[in-house]
Formats: sequence, structure tokens, C-alpha cells
Amino acid sequence: MNRIEKSFKMLKDHDRKAFIPYIMGGDGGLNNLTERLLTLEKFGATLIEVGVPFSDPVADGPTIQQAGIRALQNGTTLRGIIAELTKAREVVSIPIVLMTYLNPVYSYGISTFAQDIAKAGVDGCIIPDLPMEEEDLLATELEDVGIELIRLVTLTSPKERIKEISNRGKGFLYTVTVKGITGTRNEFDQEVVEFLKKVKEISPIPVVAGFGISNEKQINELSPHCDGIIVGSKIVDLFNKNDLTGLESFMSVLKPEKNII
Amino acid sequence: MNSYTLPNEKGQFGIYGGRFVPETLMKAVLELDEAYKAAKKDPSFQAEIDGYLTEYVGRETPLYHAKNLTKYAGGAQIYLKREDLNHTGAHKINNAIGQALLAIRMGKRKIVAETGAGQHGVATATVCALLNLECIVFMGEEDIKRQALNVFRMELLGAKVVSVTSGSATLKDAVNEALRYWVEHVEDTHYLLGSVMGPHPFPVMVRDFQSVIGKETKKQFLAKEGRLPEAVVACIGGGSNAAGMFHPFIEDKAVSLYGVEAAGQGIDTDFHAASLTKGKPGVLHGALMYLLQDDDGQIIEAHSVSAGLDYPGVGPEHSYLKDSGRAQYHSITDKEALEAFQLLSKLEGIIPALESAHAISFAVKLAAEMKETEYIVVCLSGRGDKDVTAVKERLERERS
Repeated sequence: MNRIEKSFKMLKDHDRKAFIPYIMGGDGGLNNLTERLLTLEKFGATLIEVGVPFSDPVADGPTIQQAGIRALQNGTTLRGIIAELTKAREVVSIPIVLMTYLNPVYSYGISTFAQDIAKAGVDGCIIPDLPMEEEDLLATELEDVGIELIRLVTLTSPKERIKEISNRGKGFLYTVTVKGITGTRNEFDQEVVEFLKKVKEISPIPVVAGFGISNEKQINELSPHCDGIIVGSKIVDLFNKNDLTGLESFMSVLKPEKNII
Repeated sequence: MNSYTLPNEKGQFGIYGGRFVPETLMKAVLELDEAYKAAKKDPSFQAEIDGYLTEYVGRETPLYHAKNLTKYAGGAQIYLKREDLNHTGAHKINNAIGQALLAIRMGKRKIVAETGAGQHGVATATVCALLNLECIVFMGEEDIKRQALNVFRMELLGAKVVSVTSGSATLKDAVNEALRYWVEHVEDTHYLLGSVMGPHPFPVMVRDFQSVIGKETKKQFLAKEGRLPEAVVACIGGGSNAAGMFHPFIEDKAVSLYGVEAAGQGIDTDFHAASLTKGKPGVLHGALMYLLQDDDGQIIEAHSVSAGLDYPGVGPEHSYLKDSGRAQYHSITDKEALEAFQLLSKLEGIIPALESAHAISFAVKLAAEMKETEYIVVCLSGRGDKDVTAVKERLERERS
């Protein structure tokens, strides 16, 4: 069983929810990546999403765009991230999922990419610009080496489509909770809860909510209707300010007694 | 007969094209595909477009025998397809009319667009004014500086122009912002993409709307010369005027198709926009296509004196036509384009857009290698009024 599946099974057995932070690989220097992963693991992350910087991140808002620019400016490459994750895997035990736009992967070479990230101990891969219609390009290559391709559904996905995507889905279903790009929002439309309920009903795999989540109120509002939440921009921002106390306190609102993790 | 039927159902031209967009956009992209397919079969849709093209845009545009330029080049006869004489001064309006009418059919009354030189932005703002649609245009900060007059035009026409400061602050970044905006407003907004790029069905749809250029050219040329030309030439940024010019000639194997990219300061420098000549296949803005990128798959900023060619990718169909060999792609430097800009002004009394000046420059070279009994048609995609200030400043700088 893949590490991601194991984690979700364990959470389910303890009636808990997943907390998934996102960080931009290479933001703050690639040599800090392992330490950041360890920090997040210590503060209670279930799984960590590591972003690969890209020059043209169309699904991302200003916070993650800026993090990507910082990472690229200090020379971060997909190759460098994979090498660093290989080292990190010796000390980090929770699952790691790579979030990357397609072009760096296409340029790297799809089957080499799949083999290299599998060797590095990466467990899954999220590609925001690869919809179901195009996933033949690399789904088999990833599957062959045991990497879970994490699919996304959004508020605009029709019911039949959610069904098809979640049936193909591996690991967990990334459920986008805003009509828009990444970045903090203060509150959600009422339709988001209804949407999560609908996805939860349809999906045979764990449903994780992400995009726009940045505070305790939102987490409390959404977490009863899904299996976990993803926080990106907020975490990126806290690391960028080097505010580890703030990070610990933000992540501590998500303790077991609060039924999150 | 018609052996060229690309793209396929998935929007692929060989390996190129496709629909590489975030899931949030997939519903809109699939709906657009359905709506376009239905509209294409509906004669009243084409009739509506034709009505506007005739009565409002001023088509058909002339096919003009440029005798002075021909004499100067000293070889093949050069004809110019005068897209610069369209309302708004470029070919862009052919596509803007088609897509705006399609958006209305789909019940969408809000339009978002990107623009580089501002020609597509002006065409979109114009059509939105005409059809009473809300219009927002994203434009790179750098281009806003280069094309201040077009910004004012768009505002005069009632559009909101948003300055894009991310990345190189040019066309590529304007597309990023327009896509982000579309992701947020997809349910009531149509993205009126200005070139033969982006996710399927944009490349085929824009090509079809622009094919009026090649269809008219073919008919007019046959009427004048009783045969087809040896070559057609068009400049390539994203590639829409070239796609529209080439498509009706695709099956006519005796007609050579030449696309002309911007070589900027030279294709062996880091400052050019020659995606087909110097790039490699990759994925950007929804499609697999030739892209200027580094060894790690990061997109490299394009450079050209012409804002409309300043884009690091090129439409998927051109990527395919390059690989298949059906079309040939060359490049012209900033310096050569500026010379052609002045040359056509002096010889023919026609001030071309800097984009189109690239095609003129190449055509002059090509003509010199051909016989006087042979023919070249150049797509003069736009007029140069928008470039006059920038060219003046540059020439003054070079002289001082």
C-alpha cells in the first residue's frame, strides 16, 4: 500500500482529518527544504505538497507566484528539488506529493521524471494544467512506478465528470473550493459546503479541500464535509516571514481534540 | 479531395495542441467546443459574420500588385493582401467578430481578452462596443508603454484595460492574467483569445475565422492571374494571420507557405521571438507547441521590436506544419523589419505594422531568388500607425 493510502487509512481508523500544507520547493533556498519538511511533520502535517516553481503559473495567485519567482531566482530546478527530496526522504516519514505544472515535467522527459521521483521517495504528483482529457500523456508512466496521480475536481465540474475523475483517482481527490486561483480568501460561498457534500457522496477515494483556505473559521466550516484540507498561500507566507511561532500556532489549531489531526 | 482534416476531436495537430488547462476551465472549454461545432453547421451564423465583415469591417480587402516593391526586389511579382485596410487597421477583427457573435449565442455578455501590440485589444473593444458587451483587456505594462495610443483607443471604446506587471510584462504575461481572470469568472465570461493558440477549440476556431484572408486571396488571385501564386508569406507571432492565409492553400501543394518569425536582435542572441526556429516542444497556455524555454522547462522571455510578435510560443498548427514540412519558417531581425517598414512606406505609400514589416522584408529576399514570371502574395496583416512614434524614437536614437 502506498504511503498516501496508509495515511488516509490511519486517519480514518482514528476518525481524524488530514492537514496538508503546501510549500514552494526552493523558496528560502533548496538547502532549507528538508528542514521545512521536518518542521511541518513535527507540527502535525499528514502529508506535504512540494511545489515546483514555474515561470508561468496560471493557476496560482500572487503569494505562490512570488514564492515561485524567489525560488527560480535562487536557481531552483526540478532536478534540484528531486535531488533534495531524495535526501529528505531519509529523515521525513510522511508522504510527499509533488505539485508541478506540466512543462518542467515534459522538458525533463516523462518516463525519466516518473522513475526519478519514485526513486526519490515521492508518493504522488499533482499537475494543475493536466485535465482528465490529457492525462494519457503520463498516467501510465506514473502508475508503473507506483506514483499516485492526484486528480482535481472544481466547483465547475459537472456531476458526471466528478464521478469519472474520482473513479480514476488515486490517493485523494483534490477538491478546489474556490472559483479561481490559489490565494487566501476570507470566506467561502455557501455553495462550497453543498459542493463538498456532493463530491464526498460521489467519490470512492478521500476528498480533500484546497485553494483559498487560510484561517481556523474556514477550516471548521469545511472539515466536517471532507477528509482533509490543504493550506498553501498561508503556509508559504509564514515561512517567507520566517514566522515559525506563527506556523506552529496556526497548525496547532488543528489538534486531535479538534478532530482535525 | 480534402485530405487535411486536422485537428482531430481532441484538438491535436499531430502531437501538438490539446487542452492543457486547469480543471476549472474544462467545462467552459468543452462547452465552447460544442457551441462552435453547432454554430459552424448553422448557415445563419456564417451569414451573420459575413454581414458584419462586409458592412462593418469593409471586406473584402484588396489584393494589391505592389509594382514598385516588385521592381525594387528584382524578381517575382509581389502582391499584398491588404488586411491593414480592415476597420481597426488589422486582421484581428475577423476573429473578434466571430468569437463575439459566438459568445452571444452562448449567452455570455462579458468578454476578457489579452493583447500584445494592442491590435487584438482594439479589435475586441470595438466589437464589444458594437455588440454592447462588457470588455476587459489585459495588457503587459511594457506594451502599454510601447503602444500608449492603442490603450487610449480601447478606453475610448469603453473597455477596461488592466496593466500586467508580472514576468516580462508583455503578451505572455497578459495571457497568464487573462487566463487567471477567466478561471475566476468563467461562468459568465468568454475569453476572446486573439491568436491560433490556447486550448482546443481556440486554435481551430481562430484559424477558421481568419481563413477569410486566404479564401479571398485565392479567389482574387485566380481572377487576376488565372492561376495560383508560387508562394504566400505571412508574419508569425502566435500565428493567426498566417494560419488564416495558409489554410485555404494547404491542399495546393504547388503553393509554398512561408511563415516569418521575429529574430529580434538575432537568433543567435538571447533576444528574439523565433519559437519555431529556436524553440522546442512544450506546454504553455493550454497547448503543446514549440516554445522558447530553458533546459529546465522554464519559459524564456521573447524579444522583438514588434509587440505583436513578442510571444515565446507559436500556435500548435504551425508547430505541426513545421514538422511536416508543409510550411517553412524563417526569421527577420528588428533591423531588417525597420528597414522594410520604411521601404514599403517610401515605395508604395503604405506604412505597414512592424509585425507585417517582417513579412515584407522576407518577401523581398524571396522574390529576388525567384523569376519575374512567378508570384508571391504577402499578408499585410496590419497598418503601421500604431508604430510610428516608436519607430521615430528608435530611428532618432540610432542617428544620434
